[in-house]
Amino acid sequence: MAEMTLLQAINAALFEQMRKDPTVVVFGEDAGFEGGVFRVTKGLQQEFGVDRVFDTPISEAGIMGSAIGMAINGLKPIAEMQFEGFMFNGFNQIAVHMGRMRNRSRGKYSVPMVLRMPWGGGIRALEHHSEAVESFIAHIPGIKIVIPSTPYDAKGLMAAAIQDPDPVVFFEPKKIYRAFKQEVPETEYIVPIGKARVVEQGKDITVVAWGSMVREVQTAIKSLEKDNISVELIDLRTIVPMDTETIVNSVKKTGRLLVVHEAVRTLGFATEIITRVIEKAFLNLEAPPTRLTGFDIAVPLPRGEHHHMVDPKRIAFEIKQLVNYKV
Amino acid sequence: MIISKYDPLKLEQFQVLDSEGNIVNPKFEPKIDDKTLLHMYKTMSLARMADIKALQYQRQGRMLTYAPVQGQEAAQVGAMAALEPQDWLSPAFREFAAMLYKGVTLEQLYLYWYGNEIGSKFADDVNVLPVNVPIGSQVGHASGLAYASKVLKKNQVAVTYIGDGGTSHGEFYEAMNFATVFDAPMITIIQNNQYAISTPRHKATKAKTLAQKAVAFGIPGIQVDGNDVLAMYAVTKEAAERARKGEGPTLIEAYTYRIGPHTTSDDPTIYRKDEEVEQWRLKDPIKRFRIYLTNKKLWSDAQEEQLQKELEEYVTETFKKVENSDNPTIDDVFDYTFVNNPADLIEQKEKYMKYLKQTFLQSLKETSKANKNLKEE
Repeated sequence: MAEMTLLQAINAALFEQMRKDPTVVVFGEDAGFEGGVFRVTKGLQQEFGVDRVFDTPISEAGIMGSAIGMAINGLKPIAEMQFEGFMFNGFNQIAVHMGRMRNRSRGKYSVPMVLRMPWGGGIRALEHHSEAVESFIAHIPGIKIVIPSTPYDAKGLMAAAIQDPDPVVFFEPKKIYRAFKQEVPETEYIVPIGKARVVEQGKDITVVAWGSMVREVQTAIKSLEKDNISVELIDLRTIVPMDTETIVNSVKKTGRLLVVHEAVRTLGFATEIITRVIEKAFLNLEAPPTRLTGFDIAVPLPRGEHHHMVDPKRIAFEIKQLVNYKV
Repeated sequence: MIISKYDPLKLEQFQVLDSEGNIVNPKFEPKIDDKTLLHMYKTMSLARMADIKALQYQRQGRMLTYAPVQGQEAAQVGAMAALEPQDWLSPAFREFAAMLYKGVTLEQLYLYWYGNEIGSKFADDVNVLPVNVPIGSQVGHASGLAYASKVLKKNQVAVTYIGDGGTSHGEFYEAMNFATVFDAPMITIIQNNQYAISTPRHKATKAKTLAQKAVAFGIPGIQVDGNDVLAMYAVTKEAAERARKGEGPTLIEAYTYRIGPHTTSDDPTIYRKDEEVEQWRLKDPIKRFRIYLTNKKLWSDAQEEQLQKELEEYVTETFKKVENSDNPTIDDVFDYTFVNNPADLIEQKEKYMKYLKQTFLQSLKETSKANKNLKEE
């Protein structure tokens, strides 16, 4: 075991999987020599050489298109978009090829690759550096989506993503890249894609969150202890495939659901979660399933960002409203 | 060495075989064995026959939207014949003849254009990507295929096609630059067929040639008579040798013409004159290749007559087979999106199958009831 931040855990997973599988290659803008602007890929080029770990031109479409070709021809590419706000330059490839090549060729070709991106706000960054863009990808069939919330999960999920036979988009919540440390096994382990984690057990309300929002909810839950409110917190961990069963079972027990996410509200992933819960646990509901999300606005620049970012106070407020809901 | 001798900035174009079938550049006439020459000719002729038939089938309402290849057979077969079996083809959507030469079967091509994905499941040893519709996006795939070949030492060259219109696309520049920076063994062939649907080439770019775009990438570029199968062969061969030696990509502009419409949904008479098409028919790639083969005593009128008869039968039979083929099953429709379907997709499939079963049983019941009523009457 070693104490690691989420960033170090991802770095450790990359080292581990690259040692194990010589077909794994890592690349992106500044991802080679300097180890990426956040240093997630630090040290890899020194150990694995420039053919396997390399800097690319500023060329998201070039990176994405080439990654797909590499995956088809026997490599295991781990491509990086330097910031999620720039993925749209490469979005054509993500939307029209990454998740479709397998179906298009009836299984002759598949695209086993990982697309890494720093994700989300809360780091007082420039415009386009603070976006929660998971719903854009979730609307494309054939692509899995992972967003870890702890160092332990980050390492195990990255190992799972690299070994997955389908394309995986791996969002890295940059707000908690270095926010806290956790004991992480140095040997290989897998956190399976598609399985949510029940972070806290509770009986009054189910709260679903992912990425940096999990910690915000945990803080809110602590503040609610004095109110004697018992919250079941579920960390979704993977957006696609979504672990419907864990959420529905929880709501059947608690009767209440709050989904918390950073992304803008309209057609944010809360929409999908709430719809599934209504479809499968309608008669168990004691309050309207509710979402607490970013507003339908562009992420404000740092001076105003706190209005947009959901914080523990608002989460606690919303939980109380729902628990005290009367028909 | 050919490529360095023809400067696209000076508007030089490489040609071996002129429109009348004369060798005008004997120094660069490629040495191709007779068997290969005949195979090239037959594949071009098959593509032509299949193309004409596909248009007819579409007009009869038996075929869906189809993008014809007529006039561009040399730009495709000439290049493919210069490759090794392990080399890759990342096509756009008009590479019917190239795909045939690389081992995709006519039945598969027809199945695809008939609306069934199974047509893109090529044999295991056929290194061809499926038809790629979004303009320009296939170039990146070639760049990646080539990079993987380099790193994994597979000795494969990746060839991709793009149209004159596609060269306006950002992905073309990004992918070309990516491959160039890493000396990836890639060849990009621009089929300049003069039109992007209705937009003529001169309205899409101020560049005098498309081959000159290579200059900015820092790689060799050459404009070739794309209706000259020998020129296409010779240049592609040289580009492939460069690629295999680790010297990186080459850009080839095949100067050609789309005789047919953009697709069956297009009416080219709106934007171009018949006289222009007739002028290009005189430069037909198959006609001049036939003269070349005849002069080499490899081909006769009797053989031609026999070939046309065989091709007609083969194409007709193949299309009949395709018309009688099964539609995709429910499993086919659902089970290729992921290697292992996630629970919610399994649920969607099961619910749909239940619906189909219920409505089928319902219709059976109604039919038997109607039959019973009929009997009683």
